Amino acid sequence: MSLRTLAAILALALVGSTCGRAEKGEVRVAAPTRYGFGRPATAAEVRAWDIDVMPDGTGLPPGSGAASQGAAIYARKCAACHGKTGTEGPFDRLVGREPRERFPFGRDPRLVKTIGNYWPYATTLYDYINRAMPLDAPGSLKPNEVYSLVAFLLSRNEIIADTAVMNAATLPRVVMPAHDRFVTDTRRGGPEIR
Amino acid sequence: MTDGPISRRALLAGAAGALGAQALERAGLPVPQDPTKVPGTPVSPLGQRSPFERPRRVPVGTGQGISLTPLQNLSGIVTPADLHFERHHAGVPAIDPQRYKLLIHGMVERPTMFDLEALKRFPSVSRLCFLECSGNGFPSYRDIRPDLTPQLVDGLTSTSEWTGVLLSTLFRDVGVKPGARWFLAEGEDAAVMARSIPLEKASDDAMIAYGQNGEALRPEQGYPARLLVPGWEGNANVKWIRRIEIADRPFMTREETSKYSDPLPDCTARLFSFAMDAKSVITFPAYPVTLPDKGWWEIEGLAWSGRGRVRRVDVSTDAGRHWAPAELQQPVLPKCHTRFRYLWTWDGGDTTLLSRAADETGYVQPTLDELRQARGRGTTYHFNHIRAWTVRRDGTVVFGLEG
Repeated sequence: MSLRTLAAILALALVGSTCGRAEKGEVRVAAPTRYGFGRPATAAEVRAWDIDVMPDGTGLPPGSGAASQGAAIYARKCAACHGKTGTEGPFDRLVGREPRERFPFGRDPRLVKTIGNYWPYATTLYDYINRAMPLDAPGSLKPNEVYSLVAFLLSRNEIIADTAVMNAATLPRVVMPAHDRFVTDTRRGGPEIR
Repeated sequence: MTDGPISRRALLAGAAGALGAQALERAGLPVPQDPTKVPGTPVSPLGQRSPFERPRRVPVGTGQGISLTPLQNLSGIVTPADLHFERHHAGVPAIDPQRYKLLIHGMVERPTMFDLEALKRFPSVSRLCFLECSGNGFPSYRDIRPDLTPQLVDGLTSTSEWTGVLLSTLFRDVGVKPGARWFLAEGEDAAVMARSIPLEKASDDAMIAYGQNGEALRPEQGYPARLLVPGWEGNANVKWIRRIEIADRPFMTREETSKYSDPLPDCTARLFSFAMDAKSVITFPAYPVTLPDKGWWEIEGLAWSGRGRVRRVDVSTDAGRHWAPAELQQPVLPKCHTRFRYLWTWDGGDTTLLSRAADETGYVQPTLDELRQARGRGTTYHFNHIRAWTVRRDGTVVFGLEG
């Protein structure tokens, strides 16, 4: 038996087993593993869109910034929405460590979540500011500006020193106060109310 | 009658569902006394609703707002595309379908760029399923008021027939590498909204959808293409999707950590609570309806579960003392709105109407007390407790328990 015949028999057997209900005389085509539509993405295309930053720092660009530089950028580009000191609003409150001890957000509907009391990862700050802020000019900040704002917000929340410099090496090492409070959902249906 | 969608009068008119002939004539739309005596309007390239019908979403907030579906105006299970609820984080982007691209990269053998034509060339699937914002029902848990309509209580859920390509098909084409566990889905909106999704959802039923109720997606729903993760919280169904990065762990974006996480009474917060638990809401009778008379009334509502089919819906017409099964209108589909009906004779007295859904996993919609016990009063998403409508002896209906 030639290899080609063997392949044909195998293909028939495969079609027969996957299309058991095919009518006599009906032709069924088995789906290929790959269609090959689309085209290879170039490295430049991936680089242009791959903006995410992970908790271990993957994705952080070169650059750096400290709170003093961040304060000036914050006053110019952020304060109108988040308040002069990050506590006044009208949009999301960014600064605040209370309540420091427990983590009673489930119990107390009056509590306001901030970066200092609720955000579990410092890298998320870079990722979010870089992708979405400021609201009227998203994606306009340079890496040094983003690092500076991150440093400013972390220092305002008393998580890093006023003089600390944030960069690709230091930011992933910042441990957020709420880091250990987060658990992954394990519910899978069934009668239990959790 | 005013046309303003946010005004209270318009909201109430919308809740009532229709305009009278006099109102139309005042608006310059003549309505003949006898339509059999004058020729009607000719054929047209694009149909319109009857001018008598004025269903409206209720928009709340500006660029980052929500716009709620008028559940009380709908029949069956499908939401007309222009009434599908809206939620976005930096407005609706305008995307040219000719320039649209979807990038899949990360832990894959072949990083690939797909244009819309390529996505549509793959074998397609269609399915009906609901989409619900995980914040739906917030006022019924945290801000209970008697003057809430079904739209204001639960209008952040809608059902459509979605058409697209299964993510499993695309992922087979790009070749997912061993060790991959998650993927990031990222939108082309001004928020570049991004969520991490477990890879199992891709082998289950996730798809890239480009069709909605027989036509292209509406811009508010992600035109030209969106991620659809059936049964999972709306935010994870990333609209205007432009990039998927496959990885071995979650990315911990802002939307899945500081937002869309569930603080619990045990002083933890739950991450990645994707599935929308079983839920139901009576849409008639409900505020601002007034029942003109005692006697036969059909109670109607919607039930759904993100974990599968609705198995049953029970209705109580005496504030929970007795329960009886409602009739489930076919089709009853998994992860899809299911309409229920219950024939009721109102004796004209004060009473409270409740509905309680159960799904095929054995989960039963909890009471408000049970859910508060489990989640705490401060929790901010996934409010699937039993809703109550109080009927007063004068026929008015208000939200919540009275007395």
